[in-house]
Amino acid sequence: MFARVTFLPLAVVFAVSVLFAIYLWQVGPGGKDISTLPSAMIDKPVPDFDLAPIQGRQSGLKSGDLKSGISLVNVWASWCPPCRVEHPYLMDLAERGVTIYGINYRDKPSDALRFLRNLGDPYKQIGADTTGRVSIDWGIYGYPETFLVDQTGRIRYRHVGPISPQVIETILNPLMDKIAKK
Amino acid sequence: MKTTLLLLLLFASPALALQPDEILQDNVLEERARVISKELRCLVCQNQSIDDSDAPLARDLRLLVRERLQTGETDDEVIKFVVDRYGDFVLLRPPVKASTLALWISPVALLLLGIFIFLTWFRKQTQNVPVKVKPLSSEETAKLQAALKKDDS
Repeated sequence: MFARVTFLPLAVVFAVSVLFAIYLWQVGPGGKDISTLPSAMIDKPVPDFDLAPIQGRQSGLKSGDLKSGISLVNVWASWCPPCRVEHPYLMDLAERGVTIYGINYRDKPSDALRFLRNLGDPYKQIGADTTGRVSIDWGIYGYPETFLVDQTGRIRYRHVGPISPQVIETILNPLMDKIAKK
Repeated sequence: MKTTLLLLLLFASPALALQPDEILQDNVLEERARVISKELRCLVCQNQSIDDSDAPLARDLRLLVRERLQTGETDDEVIKFVVDRYGDFVLLRPPVKASTLALWISPVALLLLGIFIFLTWFRKQTQNVPVKVKPLSSEETAKLQAALKKDDS
């Protein structure tokens, strides 16, 4: 009798503790990132949009431009510090021949142009999203964000926050190779 | 002076994130927009609704909700538009579906389990357990008699 009364609650506490332990392990040593939200846009075609260029530049960006090959679409702003952090890695990627398109989010044209003049311009084309409306269509909530778009104009991967050499090595490169082989 | 201040405090209300220029002329539409806004999560601050949040993205979403209402969309259509772009996470009340079943069922299940455990324990406590008593040995009877006699005298 003694054994039965105490066993059930103990078993429940034990089971819950094991669940918590697994979750804690996942976010700790397991490296699971809980701040990143799953994107509703993965495997969907890019949203329809047509953005004007940043004032003082030639070409803007529209959805049709993203169907000519594998490309990265990077959402950035001159006022966003992590965008500066990832900028050198974007320059490296562009030098390696990766096509990068930019969506300039709620920026002053003069600030955006100075950013590109001072740090370099890795983008093939940039559209200026002055109202933030196109960014909502992309489901963007943090800056910077980077999307990998395949040659059919379908979104294959999304990264929230600055991209790092690690993200490029472990995720972007393998995925771009895989898409290119098909 | 002090009383006036205190009285004024009575009328104080928390500042609205909603800006005057966002509010629609049409009261009915505005009311619907407020209701929808309270259901949508601001993804920048995550535990506030877009109605509560001062984040620029929340403002953009509030304006978007109002714009779509003005084009004649129903509340559900407006919410679907946002969910299509941001996923279920944007809803402050998660929908009931296979992936969220554990979330919805576990509180009820845990409550039932608690009640079950409590009742089991409670029944054990109040049950009349018949006590089996060994009759006194002759030695003990003698001791008892002696003690009682001593008490009498």
